[in-house]
Amino acid sequence: MNVASTSIATETPWLLRKSSVQAMGVFLFVVLGSLWALAQDTRFAYLLVYVWFGLAYGALLQYGRFCMASAVRDLFAVKVPRMAVGVMIAVALYAVVAAIVSLAGFSTFHPNAMGWHIVIGAAIFGFGIVFTGGCASGSLYKAGEGNMNSMLVILAISFSQAVVVSASGWWDALVPQSWLDAAAAQDMPAELTITQGWFDIFTAGYIWGLKGTTMAEILGMAETARGIILANTLLTAILPVMIILVVLYVIYYRKGYLRRSGKANPSLRDELAGMWAMCTSSKNTALAGIGLGILAGLHMYVTGALREHYGIFNFGELLVAMGYTNGLSIQDTVFDPGYWYITTQEAQWGGWVMQKLGIDSMDSIFFGLDNGLPNPLLNAPGFMSIGIILGAAIMALSRREFKWKLPSWETAFFAIVGGTLMGIGARLAMGCNIGAFFATVTNGDPSGWVFLVGMTIGAYIGVKVFTWWMDWSSARKASECGL
Amino acid sequence: MAMSFNKTGDHEWELNVCGYTCPHPQMYTKKALQKIESGDVLSLIFDNPSSGESIQAMCEAEGSDLIDRQDAGGSFVWKIRKV
Repeated sequence: MNVASTSIATETPWLLRKSSVQAMGVFLFVVLGSLWALAQDTRFAYLLVYVWFGLAYGALLQYGRFCMASAVRDLFAVKVPRMAVGVMIAVALYAVVAAIVSLAGFSTFHPNAMGWHIVIGAAIFGFGIVFTGGCASGSLYKAGEGNMNSMLVILAISFSQAVVVSASGWWDALVPQSWLDAAAAQDMPAELTITQGWFDIFTAGYIWGLKGTTMAEILGMAETARGIILANTLLTAILPVMIILVVLYVIYYRKGYLRRSGKANPSLRDELAGMWAMCTSSKNTALAGIGLGILAGLHMYVTGALREHYGIFNFGELLVAMGYTNGLSIQDTVFDPGYWYITTQEAQWGGWVMQKLGIDSMDSIFFGLDNGLPNPLLNAPGFMSIGIILGAAIMALSRREFKWKLPSWETAFFAIVGGTLMGIGARLAMGCNIGAFFATVTNGDPSGWVFLVGMTIGAYIGVKVFTWWMDWSSARKASECGL
Repeated sequence: MAMSFNKTGDHEWELNVCGYTCPHPQMYTKKALQKIESGDVLSLIFDNPSSGESIQAMCEAEGSDLIDRQDAGGSFVWKIRKV
């Protein structure tokens, strides 16, 4: 492909542009907000780590148009491997930095329980992302570009999760009696009512019976440098990444590359050059992948170091010490993964609103036992999500790509239905493409690859359904649009 | 706001997908490129930045030329000559 002429308006110096001033205004707002928080209590530094890593994630996501939804969707929809390649680069870098963080003893990672729920939840999640136009993180950065549709997706993800984890009544018929019996046998405080509410029964009767582990543990090398480097990093992350890159090259890139480069009988050297060309074909995406991978690892290090500094395991302990006790779980904890995570904090936003509306959600395991329902102003990972929106807004404004975009009835419908499916899928799979895939495979937990398989299946079906709908819609409006 | 696809001249077409987020712009572009003849020029108007990366990669893979691009204010006007 040739780009004959590129005309990006550059008549006004960057510093004097209105959008650049607005970008600096948003940045200043975050700086002043951070200083204000520190003036209240310096221990808010722990929360601000989430804010600033979120800001950096958002800026890089926008810079690289880095949306994991398109990693699987665009493969099937338009046969473009750009984003899948970018994600693999990010996985490789994150895994290397995570290994260093683990070796230094600052890892905050906990493996996910392995089971069928991952495939099923990921497939529902993958189906939903085709219709929303972005994954959970992608919707956040697109909201930062002024896309109101993505804001609807975030709302749908928040409330669907909150409803799923606290619903009871007829929902309870969705789970088998054996799970109910297993849940009833658990020794849990009566206030959690774990035999009421289908998600509580699913958690206590099924998930708690499963095992989450790392490859190093499986191979009997847990807690050793050899286990971290060989089993967790090379075997669980780097090797699968290399295999996937080769598969992407052979299926989606090789033919076009050889045609463009005029190689009829390519040597191994030509093939490697083609692989390199694929990895660098979108420099923005590749650079974002490198940056996100390194930052995601560093995030774990900084949070781990701060936990050691304050002598805590969870932000809830720090909140109690600062005198904030509302919304904590019965263990005095709140959701505090210590690394990049998206969906759970959004579920907390929805649950907090429902709680304020008089719908009690604290009798659920998800909120009442594990994650709490803190005020959004004290929700540290929640501020990471807000940071992603603001970081993306800063980057979009500074690149003159910010534009308020109102949804149509059609796109709003897709956003709400797709976002709801994403919320349901993320809770069943115990996370989204970040928490259940990106953070897991990079830390030696193979369950993330199971999530990717499920998400890919869901996205494939989603693209088929979406294509059918587009064809039907276009045919119906043929006289108007002619497509 | 609705997608529009029109013939604007001899061998010239215009596809406007402003207001649409992924995957609409890239999928409509793919359909439009399938519809027009080799050598025809498609003027593509969109305002979802991330679609641009996929559309550029799609053109590269198929060999179509991105002959002009105007990027400013969150809106993009690209001209693509079909291979």
